[in-house]
Amino acid sequence: MPDALLSLRDIDAFYGDFQALFGVSLSVKTGDVVAVIGANGAGKSTLLKCIAGLMPVKRGDIHFAGMAVAQAPAFEMVTRGVALVPEGRRLFPSLTVEENLKIGGQCGRPGPWTLARVYELFPVLAERRHLPSTSLSGGQQQMAAIGRALMSNPHLLLCDEISLGLAPIVVRDIYARLPALVADGLSLVIVEQDLAQALKAATRVYCLQEGRIALSGAASELTRERISAAYFGV
Amino acid sequence: MQWANIILQGVLIGGLYAMFAAGLSLIFGVMRLVNIAHGDLIVLAAYVALMVTERLGVGPLTSLILVVPTMALIGYALQRGLLNRTLGDDLLPPLLVTFGLSIIIQNGLLELFTADSRKLQAGRIEVQTFQVAEGIWVGLLPLIQFAVAVAVIAGLQILFYRTALGRAFRATSDDQPVAQLMGLDTRHVFAMAMALSLAVVAIAGVFLAVRANFDPAIGPARLIFGFEAVIIGGLGSMWGTLAGGVILGVSQAIGAQIDPGWQLLAGHIAFLVILAVRPQGLFPKVSG
Amino acid sequence: MIRVQHATTSSRIGIVLIAATLIVLAAAPYWSDRQTLRLLAEVFAFVALASLWNLLAGYAGLVSVGQQAFVGLGGYLLFAFVMLADVHPIAAIFIAGPLGALVAIPVAALIFRLRGAYFAIGTWVVAEVFRLLASQISVLGGGSGISLPAAVVIAMAPTRQIREFETYWLALGLTVLVLVTIVVLLRSRHGLALTALRDNETAAQSCGIDVTRIKFLVYVLTAFGTSMIGALIFLQKLRISPDTAFSVNDWTAFVIFITVIGGIGRIEGPIIGTVIFFIMRQALADLGSLYLLIMGAVAIVVMLWAPKGLWGMIAERFGWQALPLQRRLVQRDTETK
Repeated sequence: MPDALLSLRDIDAFYGDFQALFGVSLSVKTGDVVAVIGANGAGKSTLLKCIAGLMPVKRGDIHFAGMAVAQAPAFEMVTRGVALVPEGRRLFPSLTVEENLKIGGQCGRPGPWTLARVYELFPVLAERRHLPSTSLSGGQQQMAAIGRALMSNPHLLLCDEISLGLAPIVVRDIYARLPALVADGLSLVIVEQDLAQALKAATRVYCLQEGRIALSGAASELTRERISAAYFGV
Repeated sequence: MQWANIILQGVLIGGLYAMFAAGLSLIFGVMRLVNIAHGDLIVLAAYVALMVTERLGVGPLTSLILVVPTMALIGYALQRGLLNRTLGDDLLPPLLVTFGLSIIIQNGLLELFTADSRKLQAGRIEVQTFQVAEGIWVGLLPLIQFAVAVAVIAGLQILFYRTALGRAFRATSDDQPVAQLMGLDTRHVFAMAMALSLAVVAIAGVFLAVRANFDPAIGPARLIFGFEAVIIGGLGSMWGTLAGGVILGVSQAIGAQIDPGWQLLAGHIAFLVILAVRPQGLFPKVSG
Repeated sequence: MIRVQHATTSSRIGIVLIAATLIVLAAAPYWSDRQTLRLLAEVFAFVALASLWNLLAGYAGLVSVGQQAFVGLGGYLLFAFVMLADVHPIAAIFIAGPLGALVAIPVAALIFRLRGAYFAIGTWVVAEVFRLLASQISVLGGGSGISLPAAVVIAMAPTRQIREFETYWLALGLTVLVLVTIVVLLRSRHGLALTALRDNETAAQSCGIDVTRIKFLVYVLTAFGTSMIGALIFLQKLRISPDTAFSVNDWTAFVIFITVIGGIGRIEGPIIGTVIFFIMRQALADLGSLYLLIMGAVAIVVMLWAPKGLWGMIAERFGWQALPLQRRLVQRDTETK
């Protein structure tokens, strides 16, 4: 698809001898919010890692902004404009909040995101900027992780289970800020176990079941029943 | 007053030991690698300085201008070409490869330079002394060396905590995959850490070469001094390493005073005592 | 009924071959000359030392670059008991073992506080301390060392030839003893725990294996064996000095080289490695320090590109084992693959 920002075709991925993804195909257009849903172990995180370059792809192609990137390593993908907010936040414990944000911008990609802008988006981080990142609450860590990813001025932001371990009100708060990012020109791929939140935010949905795409389509067109069926593999 | 002089000597040589240790603990901090060849690399630096001073006719301290970048380059190539392949969960490969490297360097130097003792001459500063207080004299060279050690450690602290490279070091040591998500090529980060380590090794090597006789076989002892300084001071703390070096130096000085044959033993015993009663070291860094 | 089967076809062949080799070696005094006997005794000593190091590093995960501490300790204990207490040299060997193990207990208590590579350097420090202490003992020659008095040597056996035969058989016997002990240990449930430890320490711990206690046990046991072999080595050399007794090159570098090349973590590895080492030594003998350099380079290459060593590669490729150490569950008379 010529206007797809990101397209995956027939991706196979392995952990050693164990195959995690079977012929997965997916595409993201500029401005899309794509939700990837599925049960635990379905391969959602693996999919994001393949896109971000953290995992090698055994078979298939990945094209991003017109370039073939299936074998590109993670540090290269960042310079191309793909940023991953990893599962579990994974802020750097030896760094302060501000240092975590700064290192997000270390790759030096030009763009609108600066420290000031991230603090504007998440004021609570500004208050704690010089504290060790380990002193933040779960929700604040998630904000910092998102801010850190934004600092690399990506075209495509990958979010892996940002609701994990957070109170619903905190999750709502974070998701409330996402539309503004999209309006700015960012495209999102969101991996979520929180179905309600995912479906609310997404324009398109892919459902993974045991490493395979079981369902895909525009969020508005998919019914609850079809999604449940695909999710649970019935 | 004699004891005051002896302890002062011990403190000053502690600075040299701290420099031995700084490179070692830097590498361990960033990539959990203990370089068994570290001491032999210090000796290698001494021989590089020897070649530079002999060929170019400059003094040892001036030779640093060439020796430091040379060793840094060697460090980068060594890490990128060889040691990066040993990193991982298994303990054996880095240990055994650096052990093999130690053997190679020692015997390579033996082949090139023979077992003859060498020493670099620094001229007048080697013999100049001045009085610090009533009855207490200190040599100019040991003082310079201690000052350089303090400067090196301060410099490393600044680098680690105030610069982008230092941020990269700390992040990579925390979480390698996520560091890659920041656009950091960890192969390059590790190589930079080794380059930095060997830059410090270069400085230590030159001061070693000026201070005393050296030959290809003295590497392992330098490794052990550096290691003891790190353990006495406490893992993870650069200033602790300086304290560790000083304690080691003072122990050796006291031991030497009791009986010349007891110099090294006294240092080892101090180390073993600390290991027995306070294994985490005197100033361990509480890791976050 | 399910039982554990240790043997395989290759191990049955292996046992037969080993038995045959032992018979040939035991008869060596009758078919070889003095020099060959000395060489063989040296080979045996290295097989024993490397097997012990392999047990420590390859199974218990304790990488020591300081085993020379116990080689030298064994040697000095031998000289001390023979020269100062009038003990028969052969008896002294069997005193050196237990005493070495005894010394290993407080040493372990200290250095077990260190982990990983820092533990390794800690073992080196201990060896250095032993070396420095030995240099201070003037009654045993101090820094320059001492030779076994001629009277003692002559009193060992009626003729020089018989003495050399006896020393040779002692070397063979001790090495076999060391290997048999290691095999028995690995066949026991401690051995099962060790294999689990080798594969994954955390998982082993969660199975209820007391990891620290096992490592401690193995360290002390290895010290026992290493001290005995050290005593034997210096009985053969008839002379000891701190530098030779506690030499890193001789007792650690060579041993590590042997084990890495032969194959860490498998009992056949050190045996194969020793053979290769001695072949290399004969071939490169004229090169002096270049020989050590080549050895270091080969060890690095093997460690990076063939980390399982020569025997490791063969064993994995063909599924061989020379000794019955595998554990397979079999049901009745049929083997389950």
